[in-house]
Amino acid sequence: MENINTPIELTKNSAFRALKDKAFLWGVIIVSIITISPIVLIIGKLVWKGVSQINLSFFTEITPSTFEAMTAVASGEVIPGGIVNGILGTFLIVFLSAIIAIPVGILIGLFLFENQGKRYANLIRSLSDILQGVPSIVLGLIAYLWVVKNVTQGYSALAGSVALAIMMLPLIIRSTEETMKMIPGTLKEAGLALGVPYYKVILKVLIPSGISGLSTGILLAISRILGETAPLMLTTLGNPMINWDVTAPTSAVPLLIWDFYNDPNMVDLIWSSSLFLMGFVLTLNIISKRIAAKQ
Amino acid sequence: MKSDTITKYVLLLSSLVILLVSAGMIFSLLGDAIPVFEKFGWRFIISTDWNPTEGRESYGALPFIAGTLSTSLLALIICLPMAFSTALFIAEYFKKSSFSTVLSSMVDLLAGVPSIVYGLWGFYTLRPFIVSLGLDSQGYGIFTSGLILAIMIIPYATSLSAEIIAMVPNELKEAAYALGATRMEVIFNVILPNARSGIIASFILAFGRALGETMAVTMLIGNANIIPTGLFSTGNSMASVIANQFGEADGLKMSALIAIGLLLFVITGIVNAIGKLVIKKLS
Amino acid sequence: MSKNIDIIENPVLKVENLSIAYNKADKYAVKDVNVTIKKNAITAIMGPSGCGKSTMLRAINRMHELYPDIRTEGNIYLNGDNIMKMDTIQLRRKIGMVFQRPNPFPTMSIYDNVIAGYKLNGIRIKKSQRDDIVERSLTDVALWNEVKDSLHKKGTFLSGGQQQRLCIARSIAFQPEVILLDEPTSALDPIATSKVEDLLVKLKENYTIVLVTHNMSQAARISEYSMFMYLGDLVEYGKTKMMFTNPRDKKTEEYLTGKFG
Repeated sequence: MENINTPIELTKNSAFRALKDKAFLWGVIIVSIITISPIVLIIGKLVWKGVSQINLSFFTEITPSTFEAMTAVASGEVIPGGIVNGILGTFLIVFLSAIIAIPVGILIGLFLFENQGKRYANLIRSLSDILQGVPSIVLGLIAYLWVVKNVTQGYSALAGSVALAIMMLPLIIRSTEETMKMIPGTLKEAGLALGVPYYKVILKVLIPSGISGLSTGILLAISRILGETAPLMLTTLGNPMINWDVTAPTSAVPLLIWDFYNDPNMVDLIWSSSLFLMGFVLTLNIISKRIAAKQ
Repeated sequence: MKSDTITKYVLLLSSLVILLVSAGMIFSLLGDAIPVFEKFGWRFIISTDWNPTEGRESYGALPFIAGTLSTSLLALIICLPMAFSTALFIAEYFKKSSFSTVLSSMVDLLAGVPSIVYGLWGFYTLRPFIVSLGLDSQGYGIFTSGLILAIMIIPYATSLSAEIIAMVPNELKEAAYALGATRMEVIFNVILPNARSGIIASFILAFGRALGETMAVTMLIGNANIIPTGLFSTGNSMASVIANQFGEADGLKMSALIAIGLLLFVITGIVNAIGKLVIKKLS
Repeated sequence: MSKNIDIIENPVLKVENLSIAYNKADKYAVKDVNVTIKKNAITAIMGPSGCGKSTMLRAINRMHELYPDIRTEGNIYLNGDNIMKMDTIQLRRKIGMVFQRPNPFPTMSIYDNVIAGYKLNGIRIKKSQRDDIVERSLTDVALWNEVKDSLHKKGTFLSGGQQQRLCIARSIAFQPEVILLDEPTSALDPIATSKVEDLLVKLKENYTIVLVTHNMSQAARISEYSMFMYLGDLVEYGKTKMMFTNPRDKKTEEYLTGKFG
């Protein structure tokens, strides 16, 4: 065996390569900072423009009429009234979606977990994945066709909830299945070995052991639907008054933002409403992260 | 019946919900889109004429298809270097450090911003900025919409790519370092080839997201029913024409909007299916 | 440290007061090690896990710097040049490394794996020269006959032992002066292990080999010099035969007779 002794000349390019390496690192750092800068700019803008509009009546009064807003703006005062109709409407719609989507989603998630690798379960999982990718506006159309036209005979909170529930469903299914996979199989077997009926094992063992994973999934799903505007435009329409009737048109915070944006007299209210919405979404995100981190 | 059997049936029954919803969606969209396809046939997809005036009604979805595809493609192009850099920052350069934790939680926050808030920020901050740069006199159109869409899809592309990049075995990177490669060379010769299909999938899925975004695009695209002619041309997208014209729609026009919804459903479905397939191949 | 060594004339490597600490805490993985390594010989580093042997090995081509917050004191000289002052690109071209688990690049063909060093370092060479390097390197590791018909297939279908020999070929294709091996046979079966051992014995004619091993009989079989490390200290260093027959330190004796480890 002999050495080949082709001269390997690295001296010429190594300084240049080291320089390129440094430059690339700095490029990555700079581009990354630019990439996340919008979140700082957005939150900054919402706080800066929105905070002055937020007071007690913001949370307790319904939206002002265009005329009230116009007079206030003209005399340089803070626009009166609040967005309580939107806040309560959002609560109603989201609550309704949650009670539709959570039980069904958990059951389907359990079904997929129980039937790993079976063809029918794989089909359901793929369909659920596809459902997750359906644009929210299309879900709005669907809820319009199903609920507005056929069930409530008019725009309604229920229709919006159906659209949002279809949106939540795949998220909850996935997080349930993933959570169940993380629970040690011995736990389930221990329960079954004691002769406990399977539904009791689900209720007393599986769900309690996976509760933090499940609640993280649920909170994230809720925070995902909270800010949805497009499907609600097609289903719940909006309402200047507080409404608790699920078959009647209902307002929601994102819908109000859209209305304010389109009304030159009320346009000042977009920032406070967005700040409120954003704050709500962020809080849910943080809580779910905390729960996930504790695990 | 034994309670365990009942439990099994309850679970099986619940899975039918997914089947019913999926089948029902296609059935309803198809059913209500049929009138417009019966009347215009293929012309509905290739025509640029959109005229709701009674008696002279004519509906063609091409401008909206063009608007959706062009804004989403632009978003994808802008998103590529940004999401890629951020993923490298999180999963390679500053892996496990607090820098990376901060950055990835900010990326998560970007995913949490509602579409309408992006629209407001785009309208009141981005649009004036583009005007002040002298790029365009109004600041509406394909470019502004594409830019805001890019920001919206960055979190999806970033978090999935970062996961894939972090999965590249350390041993392979070390092998390359031991041969004298610089970090950048390791990234391009080892990490990228090994993470390629996962990264491609993450961008396909992000593209799928961009296709269906409604509010932010509606507020920035200019809502002109024309085929965009350039980067700063105005236009309209499939999702935003539905949102904008739904309120005053009935009859044939409603059918046309539902048909656009059906097309959007099919296009995003195909794009997402491709993305999922690439991921499946990976595992 | 107990020495049972004649002074090594013109050593290839000279380690001087080397101390390495992970994290900012003062916990040393390697403590004040002084050692010289003979040219064209196999030197084995032994010791129980966590004794610092891998860190020590990695320091020789500064691979240990890939971990953040590492602190290194002391110097290592390669033919009289201080490697701590060298460009890592240059250094790693002269000191190659083979790892515990075979790690051929799964996205590259066998051929590309062998010349990966050239490719990664952006060195352009003629096709005929490349073919030559690939053939010679694979012949040197006794892999040529086994893979010559599948050079352009991915290296991942090879057996573990073949993969490890491919990794050695990748390292010698670059004509290093020193090859560092970090427990290269710990993931291999006995037959593949003996093939790699035979190969190392052959390779020492042209290269200086430093080998970390937890397998004492392997060290006894193939190495000329041995180091025994314990808790970061270099406890004993000397001719392998001497160390195995007549260890000077009690700890070494205990380790070699299997009392701990």
